[in-house]
Amino acid sequence: MKAKFLVPLVLFLVLAGFLGLGLTLNPRLVPSPLIDKPAPEFRLPQLENPDSYVSLADMRGKVWLLNVWASWCPACLQEHPVLLDLARQQVVPIVGLNYKDGRDDAIGWLRKHGDPYTTSVMDADGRVGIDYGVYGVPETFLIDQAGMIRYKHIGPVTPEAVRDLILPKIAELKRAG
Amino acid sequence: MRVDLMHRVTVSAVPALFLSLALLVAAAPGVLAQAPQRGGAAELLAADPVLEERVTELSHKLRCLVCQNQSIAESNAPLAVDLRNQVREQLAAGKNEDQVIDYLVARYGDFVLYLPPVNGITLLLWVGPGLLLFSGAGWLALRLRRRADEPAAAALNNDQRNRARALLDGAPLPPEEPRS
Repeated sequence: MKAKFLVPLVLFLVLAGFLGLGLTLNPRLVPSPLIDKPAPEFRLPQLENPDSYVSLADMRGKVWLLNVWASWCPACLQEHPVLLDLARQQVVPIVGLNYKDGRDDAIGWLRKHGDPYTTSVMDADGRVGIDYGVYGVPETFLIDQAGMIRYKHIGPVTPEAVRDLILPKIAELKRAG
Repeated sequence: MRVDLMHRVTVSAVPALFLSLALLVAAAPGVLAQAPQRGGAAELLAADPVLEERVTELSHKLRCLVCQNQSIAESNAPLAVDLRNQVREQLAAGKNEDQVIDYLVARYGDFVLYLPPVNGITLLLWVGPGLLLFSGAGWLALRLRRRADEPAAAALNNDQRNRARALLDGAPLPPEEPRS
């Protein structure tokens, strides 16, 4: 009875707690429903050699990364050294999904900044991007031997994300496979 | 920071402007070499008004993932345009509204729906307001009943009323009667 005056204070603190938590969340991070689901099929021309196609089936049996990028995307440049470093370690093949880009622009960009990709494929109309639920660039998918999406990184890949999330997950998937 | 696709938008999302631009393109061919996206809104509307109405109606229920407070019908972010084209294509191919919604939810999650489905995660969202309303009304009813049970404050006697009036009027106070 005596502590009754504390009720509004407690209610306020609970509400403030929830709102405070909400401030730390990023509304732009939309969790993908594709995690632990089969990666959508695709068959796309290679950037360097448009007559030859790469499809999802070509990557079966491998753990690999699908990195969505474009030459018009400054955040891709930000994550680029991280990808180059990852490529140098030769942990997994990195396939670039060149999203809604011009072919010449894309090739020029790779010449200028270095090419971390095992191969890049052209998604000129963004159709495959929609199939993968891409809503911004860059995004990176980790796909396992059976073609299942195991992890999605939204936004630029950071050295921390590689060290703490991507590399451990790759190791785990390789062990399991 | 990551760059969202809306940064490639060149025409702001003002439907009237878009429409007039499309009309301009239609009226003066060759003046504007590059039509916005795949034909203007008016062109598409003229081609198949029934389909276009279904596309617009469905698009209003779908959230643009780039401009998150806009539906894909309102947004001119490239992704919203692409998604509208997907909706149009699939409806034209004979799919019904639910199938198109399933297609997008499978790729982008329930987040694309402005009317989220009732499930374990959204249950509180759906029943929360009703719960708050009823608990508030219950609390109020309880309070009112309790107040009705309380004895009414004792009325003032004449002396007290005179004293109160004197205080209000600023007149000299009558002597206070000793309380009985």
